[in-house]
Amino acid sequence: MSQRMLSLYASRRRRNRLAMGLSIGATVFGLAWLALILMALLLHGFSGLSLDVFTQMTPPPGSSGGLLNPIIGSLILTILAIVIGAPLGVLAGTYLAEYGRFEKLSSVVRFINDILLSAPSIVIGLFIYEVVVAPMGHFSGFAGALSLAVIVVPVVLRTTEDMLTLVPNGLREAAASIGLPRSLMIRRIAYRAARAGMVTGVLLAVARIAGETAPLLFTALNNQFWSTNLNAPMASLPVVIFQFALSPYADWQRLAWTGALIITLTVLALSILARSLVSSGKSQ
Amino acid sequence: MNMSAAVPITVSASAPPPPAAQGTPREKITVRNLDFFYGTSRALKSISVPLYANRATAFIGPSGCGKSTLLRILNRMYDLYPNQRAAGEVTLDGQDILSPSQDLNLLRARVGMVFQKPTPFPMTIYENIAFGVRLYEKLGKGELDARVESALRRSALWDEVKDKLHASGLSLSGGQQQRLCIARTVAVQPEVILLDEPCSALDPISTAKIEELIDELRDDYTIVIVTHNMQQAARVSDYTAFMYLGELIEFGETPAMFTTPRDKRTQDYITGRFG
Repeated sequence: MSQRMLSLYASRRRRNRLAMGLSIGATVFGLAWLALILMALLLHGFSGLSLDVFTQMTPPPGSSGGLLNPIIGSLILTILAIVIGAPLGVLAGTYLAEYGRFEKLSSVVRFINDILLSAPSIVIGLFIYEVVVAPMGHFSGFAGALSLAVIVVPVVLRTTEDMLTLVPNGLREAAASIGLPRSLMIRRIAYRAARAGMVTGVLLAVARIAGETAPLLFTALNNQFWSTNLNAPMASLPVVIFQFALSPYADWQRLAWTGALIITLTVLALSILARSLVSSGKSQ
Repeated sequence: MNMSAAVPITVSASAPPPPAAQGTPREKITVRNLDFFYGTSRALKSISVPLYANRATAFIGPSGCGKSTLLRILNRMYDLYPNQRAAGEVTLDGQDILSPSQDLNLLRARVGMVFQKPTPFPMTIYENIAFGVRLYEKLGKGELDARVESALRRSALWDEVKDKLHASGLSLSGGQQQRLCIARTVAVQPEVILLDEPCSALDPISTAKIEELIDELRDDYTIVIVTHNMQQAARVSDYTAFMYLGELIEFGETPAMFTTPRDKRTQDYITGRFG
């Protein structure tokens, strides 16, 4: 090999090592923060983790209690938001991928959806405050679920469209070739082929809204007491964490750490579940 | 034209007797002055060709000559996409299928299609076949089982899958998947079967099985096959049409097409001088 080729090769190897080093550095920098956050949460939150947390109501300062009402509140709000938002997202995503693929309207819808996807959640909270809370005259769990649903729709719409677009056209043509109407093709063939990805989209939406605080501050507010009434203010973990962490009372602060640990672990578990669903869908 | 030019294609001994010996067959599909457009580009130029009942007709020609385009008109598959348009006349049993009032699902139930790449549905082997049958027929469990079995037997797949009917269709090999797709098409009992290069992704053994199958299917169906493989066209078809640059150059009985083509371009193509 000539000297010139060798020196070219050596300089390429140098640049490769440099780029590799920078990439590893960036990865470590990013992951270090995640590790620090998890460590801080475990350090401060784990000691407070007890049966009381899941069986007692939020206490007044100075007395013992738990997080039962915000945990149940978060569950209700999240489930209701998914029940409202996910079908809308799936239907709209289905329209974009299956019916409107070649329509001009689709690119408009897609553009608006992208804006909604990146809209600050506090703006969504203010919007629901304007159109639901203000006219009704009081905060409510229903308004909270609605504001979370507005966050769910664009996430589910996007993943549904992406996953259906990945279904090969050959499968659609094969379905058409035995005289299958389009609606049946979508329900029985395309949804089945895209199922893992679509479920993942819904799980990601759950993970996203489980930790949202801003939209709930203006809508569901908070509730110190046990309440499952959707027409009244409702407690939720993020808002309780927000309130307790800012308080001057040490026992409230401890509960806030524990609540933060519970949310983080739940979201982490959902993300891992979503990822494993995607990979099992691919290997089929 | 030099008629004595060596033609490397031999028509196999198992080929059916020339159709003329059985009297003139009935025209199942008639294509007249058919043009086709992708947007503004004209992909087919005034094609006229008859497709006979209980016969296999092969379309050959170099890539891009329009043979697959023509096939996709016969079941209006092109209708799934915008900016594709056919003009002219295509009749199935005398009825115009290009008419806007034609119900596409009913047309496709009568004119089935097998694609180049195997396309099993993401469901079990049994369901892959039963699914299409249930669309247009209400059968009892026993009748449905019998229909699935006979479709799988016809496509020479039964012995390989009879013990795993409830395994996923995607777990089969490529050749098995393609035979499953043929079984699915046969099971809905269409009148015409379109095959778009059905063996191009298959090994020689699977190819031989599918060719045998086509030979049998001809007894009940009208077969139209697009193929790049001229030996295959010679082996399985009664009639052959040669297309080039969107035009139908020559159409005739297969033995004649491969031994005494009338057009210079046909002869050049089948002797491998271009294509």
